[in-house]
Amino acid sequence: MNSDNPPAHHDMGGVPRFMCEAVDVSPHELNDFDRDVDAVRGLLSAKKIMSVDELRRGIEAIPEAEYRRLSYYGRWIRSIADNLLLKRVFTEAELRAEMER
Amino acid sequence: MSVLEAESEALLGAIRRLLAAKGVLNEGEIAQQRQSTDRAEPGQGARMVARAWTDPDYRALMLSDGAKAAEAMNIPMRGMPPLGVLENNDQAHHLVVCTLCSCYPKAVLGYPPYWYKSSAYRARAVRDPRGLLLEFGTSLPEGLTIRVVDSSADFRWMVLPRRPSGTDGWSAERLAALVRPGDMLGVTLPNA
Amino acid sequence: MSFRAGEEVVVKNDWPETRGPAHIRTPHYVRGRRGRVVRRLGAFPNPEDLAFARPAAPRDLYHVSFAMRELWPEGGGDEVVVELYEHWLERP
Repeated sequence: MNSDNPPAHHDMGGVPRFMCEAVDVSPHELNDFDRDVDAVRGLLSAKKIMSVDELRRGIEAIPEAEYRRLSYYGRWIRSIADNLLLKRVFTEAELRAEMER
Repeated sequence: MSVLEAESEALLGAIRRLLAAKGVLNEGEIAQQRQSTDRAEPGQGARMVARAWTDPDYRALMLSDGAKAAEAMNIPMRGMPPLGVLENNDQAHHLVVCTLCSCYPKAVLGYPPYWYKSSAYRARAVRDPRGLLLEFGTSLPEGLTIRVVDSSADFRWMVLPRRPSGTDGWSAERLAALVRPGDMLGVTLPNA
Repeated sequence: MSFRAGEEVVVKNDWPETRGPAHIRTPHYVRGRRGRVVRRLGAFPNPEDLAFARPAAPRDLYHVSFAMRELWPEGGGDEVVVELYEHWLERP
């Protein structure tokens, strides 16, 4: 029934490739990068610039290989960048220039 | 730091500078937002649970309107998603997951643990909850049905665990100290 | 469509993401599966539209319970409860 339609890579419930994977239950502290990305996301939402739904859609659109390699908040900042570019808050040229600084 | 991590950091830096230059948001706001988020921590949820264990009216409120129950404990919930509270009893044990991303009752419990966001947890919770619970050292008594709650839409969910035996007469403070984050997600059981 | 607590429902076996860009909050593992309404959770703007910054009409959201044996070949006696929007639910 559902085998004709493999789930999107973020749609992970019961997916065989992870069913035998152990869960890392050890504590992982959040670093400044994590907390700052979280804060930027919260502010963009509060200022009605980018909703949590748009954030999620952006994360889901990350190609699978990159999705798996990025850290959790790495996916967030990638989605934030894609959304802000789409909304023309800044241009790709501006972003590239700023990253090269 | 890996190449990908370095790129992510560079991306964040660039975005912050651009947003500040364009007057969209500034470093002061980021710092304030961080402070406000850091105030939420699992002790808030533990205090709600402890109160529900000792106050039947509060328990009823918590089960019917989680956000109101949180606000009654001075936990700010304005603009937050609705909070659903899942009552464990002698028939059912609840386990919370978000298979699609990582929706978590952040306003009450603070940042989600690393394992909650992992692919292994998100995949296994809805298909092999008993095997998953063993990873946390939890084996449930026979005859208990596990109800896995997948946070797929607008609600955020937390578990109201059963009060452990041997805690008669305990103060709310002493009870709250028993309650760990995992207890409020259903991966562990509190014990005295 | 409106449903009562205790009513049996079937989730649509639909895959909009195969037809174009989409943001769907109906997990793959319940599509086409039979479940039972626990309760109505409220009405919320449709996230499928919010995700594209489109005007989003409020839709009824239901908590629906599924038996593990309905969902997985290996079965099991436990349950999975999922938040589902009314436009994904049908009467069997």
